[in-house]
Amino acid sequence: MAAGQYENAGEYIAHHLVNLTYGRLPAGADLCYGGVNETTQWTLAGCASEAASMGFMAFHVDSLMWALGLGLLVMWLFRSAAKKAHAGVPGKFQCAIEMVVEFVADTTKEVFHGKTGAIAPIALTIFVWVFMMNLMKLVPVDLIPFPLELMGVNYQKIAATTDPNVTLGMAAFVLMLVIGFSIKVKGVGFIKELCLTPFHTWYLAPVNLVLEIVGLLSKPISLGLRLFGNMFAGEVIFLLIAALFGAGFIFLPLAAGLQVAWAIFHILVIVLQAFIFMVLTIVYLSMAHEEH
Amino acid sequence: MNFNLTFLGQIIAFAIFVWFCAKFVWPPLIGAIEERQKKIAEGLDSADQAAKDLELAQHEAAKKLQEAKHEAAAILDQANRRAAQLVEQGKTDAKEEGERIVSSARAEVDKEVNMAREELRRRVSELTIAGAEKILQTEIDEKKHSELLDKLTAEL
Repeated sequence: MAAGQYENAGEYIAHHLVNLTYGRLPAGADLCYGGVNETTQWTLAGCASEAASMGFMAFHVDSLMWALGLGLLVMWLFRSAAKKAHAGVPGKFQCAIEMVVEFVADTTKEVFHGKTGAIAPIALTIFVWVFMMNLMKLVPVDLIPFPLELMGVNYQKIAATTDPNVTLGMAAFVLMLVIGFSIKVKGVGFIKELCLTPFHTWYLAPVNLVLEIVGLLSKPISLGLRLFGNMFAGEVIFLLIAALFGAGFIFLPLAAGLQVAWAIFHILVIVLQAFIFMVLTIVYLSMAHEEH
Repeated sequence: MNFNLTFLGQIIAFAIFVWFCAKFVWPPLIGAIEERQKKIAEGLDSADQAAKDLELAQHEAAKKLQEAKHEAAAILDQANRRAAQLVEQGKTDAKEEGERIVSSARAEVDKEVNMAREELRRRVSELTIAGAEKILQTEIDEKKHSELLDKLTAEL
């Protein structure tokens, strides 16, 4: 599509994988178009290298904006349905919302044995939010970034789940919930559990602790990385196909066919990944409720 | 693809959304769903109950109808019997009455005959006496000859 602006397809793809970054550019960092930054300042990164120099003290404006925007959108949708919810004959909108709610409630009940009090709303939030963020991948890759670029916004990644910060952020919150629920349910028993499994003796407590903490951390990390990996890889393929459109007229039918096929496949993937993220979260939270 | 504050921002956003969902979205929706499920279950139950009641009522109605038919048949039968009986009795009564009339008429006739016979006898005895008077040219003392006369009368 817009590959003409770039020297080659690699550059096109690399450009589309950079987030719009606002952060603290330290003094002494190299600027994009030559020269060195003289004073530490908060600014929008002009290119990938500037964004890299900012390190941890930076925000991905696009990821946060899309994540928040889509989250607010679904929350508003569900809230407006919840406000009008009644036990009589539901309207079409209420029906649609209730289908999602019931699906999540049923899934939660299947996985989590016991009172699903706080788990189900967490699962619902994850499912609809991750789904919406994933859904942005079906928007053609240049539809939104290209007009924004014409207006002077250099970078724009609209699929927030292709940003590891977003997926790992969610996973980190899941980890907090796991620890929180473990302490709430088991109290001191949780610490004991960490120290006494798999080897049931206090002599091996440090070994147990290391093993258990690795196990504890690996769950949310794999959760976040799975979603990120799937979404990122899909995005790269979309970008490759988009680059193929710009490679010449001969490739147009091939590119169009691939685009359609990959998009249809991704309808499955985005729902599935949102579902997996939700189910695994429920599983981890139910494990937090159970004694070993 | 750098690891940065976006991570923390996402954690905070997630926490807020979860809180919002758990507080304002989930309870009313799941409440409405569960209440509707209860309503539907109750509705189905009462529909079943109504169907059962209907069946029972139909049974009852059929039984009543059958009973009524039986009763009607019995009444009809009884009435027929009664009618036949009445007719029979009427016949008997009429016959008896007839016989009675006939016999009383016969008695009347006998009485008349007897009376006529008495009369005749009396006349004959008178005639006889008169004949005898003429023949004898004498008065017959009634008192004297009454015995004889009575004997004669009895002989006639």
